Formats: sequence, C-alpha cells, structure tokens
Amino acid sequence: MKQRAAVLGTGQTHHRSKRADVSIAGLCREAVDRALADADVPADQIDAIVVGKAPDLFEGVMMPELYLADALGAVGKPLLRVHTAGSVGGATGVVAASLIQAGVHRRVLAVAFEKQSESNAMWALSITPPFSMPVLAGAGGYFAPHIRSYIRRSGAPNHIGAMVAAKDRRNGARNPYAHLRQADMTMEKVLASPMLWDPVRYDETCPSSDGACAVVLGDQAAAEASDQPVAWIRATSMRTEPTMFSGKDNVNPRAGADAAAALWEAAGITSPRDQIDAAEIYVPFSWCEPMWLENLGFAEPGQGWRMTEAGETEITGSLPVNPSGGVLSSNPIGASGLLRFAESAMQVTGKAGEHQVAGAKTALGHAYGGGSQYFSMWVVADTPD
Amino acid sequence: MTDVAVVGFAQARSERHSPATTNGVEMLVPIFHEVFGATGLTKADVDFWCSGSSDYLAGRAFSFVSAVDAIGAFPPVMESHVEMDGAWALYEAWLKVLTGEAEIALAYGFGKSSAGTLRRVLALQLDPYLVAPLWPDSVSIAALQARLGIEAGLWSEQDMAEVAVRSRSSAITNAHAQLSGSTSAAELLCEPYIADPLRAHDCAPVSDGAAVVILATGSRASELCARPAWITGFEHRIDSASLGARDLTTAPSAVAAGAAAGAGRAQVAELHAPFTHQEIILRRALGLDAGNDRSGDGARINPSGGALCGNPMFAAGLARIGSAAAEIMSGRADVALGHATSGPALQQNLVCVMEAP
Repeated sequence: MKQRAAVLGTGQTHHRSKRADVSIAGLCREAVDRALADADVPADQIDAIVVGKAPDLFEGVMMPELYLADALGAVGKPLLRVHTAGSVGGATGVVAASLIQAGVHRRVLAVAFEKQSESNAMWALSITPPFSMPVLAGAGGYFAPHIRSYIRRSGAPNHIGAMVAAKDRRNGARNPYAHLRQADMTMEKVLASPMLWDPVRYDETCPSSDGACAVVLGDQAAAEASDQPVAWIRATSMRTEPTMFSGKDNVNPRAGADAAAALWEAAGITSPRDQIDAAEIYVPFSWCEPMWLENLGFAEPGQGWRMTEAGETEITGSLPVNPSGGVLSSNPIGASGLLRFAESAMQVTGKAGEHQVAGAKTALGHAYGGGSQYFSMWVVADTPD
Repeated sequence: MTDVAVVGFAQARSERHSPATTNGVEMLVPIFHEVFGATGLTKADVDFWCSGSSDYLAGRAFSFVSAVDAIGAFPPVMESHVEMDGAWALYEAWLKVLTGEAEIALAYGFGKSSAGTLRRVLALQLDPYLVAPLWPDSVSIAALQARLGIEAGLWSEQDMAEVAVRSRSSAITNAHAQLSGSTSAAELLCEPYIADPLRAHDCAPVSDGAAVVILATGSRASELCARPAWITGFEHRIDSASLGARDLTTAPSAVAAGAAAGAGRAQVAELHAPFTHQEIILRRALGLDAGNDRSGDGARINPSGGALCGNPMFAAGLARIGSAAAEIMSGRADVALGHATSGPALQQNLVCVMEAP
C-alpha cells in the first residue's frame, strides 16, 4: 500500500541576516536550482511542488506561494502550501513524502523558506489577539521558563547550554552555507556573552536568517534510476497537542515523545541511541539539545545533558547532533525544519562535505514548533530497508 | 489505489459578522459535534486531522494553533495544516489515507473574513514587489476579468445576473446560506455597479464560517454511512501569478484538474465561484454545460446556492466538496463534483469527483 520514497537531492541558499541581493522568488530559486542539480532531475520532471514557510506576517505577503508559482516552476502543476508553525519545514518534507508514498506522484519538489529581513518576526510574534496568551516578545521569552524548569528537574549544571552553543557554532564553521560560522567559539566565550532571557545568553540563541531549502523526492523507480546515492525515507511522523492546558509538560512534551515513539516503531528502530548515526535536531536555543535528546528517547528523562557534557553529541561523538551547525548557526524559520531533514539526507548519502559524520548510514531529521506542540520528524537511510 | 470516501460533512452558517474569535474555535466545536453525531465517530477515532486557514485573514500569526483547541488534542493527534482553503486540507488528508497511515481522516477549514477589509486583505496575495504596492483589491481584479470576457463576447451582464438569480433561488432551502431569495435578472440589473461591470449580486458576500469533512477507507466507509461518496478523482493545479501573462477569460488550471479528475461526468457540481462570471468560466472549463463536451443534459450547478450565497474564506471550498458529497449521500446524485479555488482571478483550482457506491 505505502510506496517507497527517497530523497534524490537537496539544495540550500547561503543563509544571511539580509539577502538583499535577491527577491523572495530569487531566494527560493537559488535553493531549488541547487536541489534539482544535486538530484540531476530537470524541472519538467517534477510532478508537484510543496511549499512550506512560517507565518505570512514574517514577510508581509499573504500566501506567497501564489506569487511564487512561476519562479518555482509550478505553473500547470499541483502546488500545496504547508504551515505548521516552526515545525513547518519538517511538515513540508513529510507532506512531500506522502505524495509519493500515496502513489500519487513520482517526483516531488519540497521548498521551504523565510526571508526575515522583509519584515520583522519579533513584531509578527508579538501581536496579542484577544483571549490568547501573549508570547512575550518572541520565542526566547516564551521558552526560557521551560528551560529553567528543565535545569531544576534534571539538576544539569549551568554550562551545558554553553557547551551546546559552542559545538553548534563550531560545526557551522564546517558548513559553507551557514549564517554563523564561528570556528573559534568556546564554552567560555558563550558564557561571557550577555544574558538575554535567563538562562539563555546571546550566543545561545539562533540568528535571524534569510534562507531557503529545497529537496527533490522520488519514488522507488526514480530512486533506482538515479546515478547518485539517495536517502531512503524509512519513516515519517507528526504529532500535535494544544499550546496550553492543565498538565502540559513543556520540558518533555507528550506530542514529541509520541511522535518519536511512532517514528522509531515505523522505522524498525529499537534502540535509537545505537541505531541512529547522526541527528539533525531543531535546537533554536542551546538547552533544547538535552531536552530533545530526552524527548526523542536518546536518553532517559533528566539524563540528556550528560550526553552533551560527555561530548557524545560532538561530530566525533557516539551520536553527532547538528553536524551542520543546526538552527543555532542558521535560522530561516520556515526553512529550518526542512534544512534538518535535508541535512539528514546529506549525511546518509555522503554529501555533507566538511561536516560529514564518518560512516553515517541512518539519520534523523527533526523539527518542532508553536509552544513545543508541533513535532515532525523522519528517519532516512542509505538502503530502503 | 485505496478506496476512500466522504462519509460526513457539516458546516457553520455563513454570517456577515460572527461573534466568534478569529481562531475559529467557536465556529468549529458545534460542527465537530454535529459531524461526530451523524457518523457515530468520536475524536479518538480520527487518525489524521488537517486544517486550512489563513493568518492574514485573522490578522495574526499562528491562528490555526489556537484552532487546535477545538479538537481537544490531548492525547496528542496526528495533525497538519495548510495555509489554503480547507479543500486542500482534505487533499492532504486523502493522501494520508492512501498511504495507509490513517483509516479515518478529518479536514476542516475556517475563516473570519469580517476581521478585516477582505478585498484589501486579499490584495496582499499579489506579487509583493511589483503589484501589491498598487493595492489592486480582489473585487477590482475580478472586475477586470469580467470585463475581458464581456468584451470578448463570452458572457454578458445578463448572463452574470442570471447566475445570481439561480444561486439565490437555490439557497432558499439551504439553512446555512447567508443570502437567498427570489429575484429576477431585470431587477438585479437596475442596481448600481460596485466595480464596473460587477454589481453587488455578482460578488460573493463577505462571510464568516467553517466547514468539516470526514474521509474513511473502503472498509470503514460503508459502516459509517449508508451511501458514502467515493472519491474517484482528486486533482488540483495552479496558474501563473502574472495577471497579464495568462488568459483571464478561462482557467487553465481548472481545465487541467477537471480533465484529470473526470469532471465531465458529474451530474451535479458545487463550484467555488466567488463572482458570477467565474461560475461561467468554471462551468466551461470543467465541461459541465449541456452541449459543450458532454452528451445529454448539463450538470446541476450549485444546488446549495454556492459561494455567491455564503463565502467563508478558507472554508467555502471545503464546503463545496461537502455539499457535493451530500448530493450523493442523500441519493440525489450518483456522480458529483466539488470545486475549490484560491488566489486572484481563479489562479488555483481543485476538483474532487465523487461517485455513489
């Protein structure tokens, strides 16, 4: 019933705080052209396009995929627009995979972007509609209390966040497309940076980026016809829970844990810690690394920080996390999830260059969004099963 | 391919000013209750949820996030959202059923158009560098399209008025309609223009509302519904965004989607035409008129009254599919078509063809 699907190629832009050299369409096209070239698939072989991005208020364009139809080569084809908050890039990959797994299409282009410099994300996040809790001037203020709660519950030492940030920024220096490339970043430097939302310091938070990512997906026949290595999609998973309700666990949200459990089961993974070779996890604030390691089942509750502290999540560790530099090095919000998915595919196809994890065969792509309530993820591998 | 059918549909009454908030919860909870009551399902039976809505309509980021409160999504649910009409949410739900990941899937759409000035809000769908700064509003763009067709001899103001007369008359029996009643083309043509050549009757009302549709696989559908509406064709396409680069008197994306979905066989069609002349374009694009590409009679068009009698943004397309499915579920038709549109001047079109068992 479910058809096999694989990633045939990926592409991304150089992520910067302001890509004033290109329009929104130009930004997307840069990623699309790289993905089509990487997959060696001409645009006319694409059957359908899936576009993902975070709130339209981030650019000030309502449903920009309508205007982008021409630039994306979508005219005359089906085009879907996904929006699941910060997890949208991941959801874009999942929906694109569904089009192939459902047997509807053979080759699908997934595109996700954010051009934050066109508008002001802080403003867009700070609108206070009636009867809704304000998100307190952006995401950092919203998540900091959850991080403090994690520290209290786990007893993690205060330097763990700084270790994550230093590692991801150093990894970013290995990635030619990363927005922040800080090869000499250290835990000490991070700890010396100004406090923004206690305990999150300036160097522990993601940048605000313009950028796009594109992924070409294909069915089994398209994958087998490819001259290049492909990343087989072993499983996808999405879960949602409400933003706020009595009993919500913001440190270890059930939606994330349920999504991970369903993912591992569908992928036939019984011990994620042993069977995943590289993980691209959505870590916009440093402390999300240990929190999500636990939520995903890589560590027992309260123990994730020990993996970070022991260096297990370094690119040379037993579970490299965000070898690309992750969201802490580039954050074009709508694209950040698809970047995680694309980077996981790059790892298992040996295309990750300077940030390649040696021998990676099975990798995780992960994204979350809203008030830690939307989760999307996939597992890719170098063989179909 | 897996057999998938529409087994349930409910919609909120279209209103000019709903007291509901922009996150849709107050409009959604009653119709979830209604559709669960009719099918005997509960939220725990739904394997996949998908919604369609717009942040710009709500004037805020993440309006769909609060809409999840209408589900009661704990334990967590498998769920997704499109920034499109709920008809495309139904398409994503259909995919999930085809993959085997879901047996029962629910799609909903909601929109509170009254939260802003709709025709100006929709201007923000245009090319943000070259067109939107001129603020051509959605009614004015539709008027340009209507004018092109009139000057090409493809339709007349009389033809357009007759669409409105038929729609309002059909809506008399539709309790969810915002506008209905008996009138005549002669009467309507005495009214002033609001955007030459469009008069008020040529334009869908500004509406708040919501709709929900439930899908089920072959094995479940017959248990849930005496006459499920089996989906035999589900297709959508998009046209160029450049208004000057395409022939606005037709809709190539509707032609292509309709041909791929088997539109010409429909006995009844619910068309999402927010303007009278757009119904004429769509009837022709989908081969629904007698004589054109079909033998025998033309299809019955918009027995609900269609979007001209209630056009809740981001729900109206889904409501068309639901209304078409209802024609089958009630036994009034054996082949029915639901259509949804999005974007300026019919830029994007979706066609869902459903058949009786």
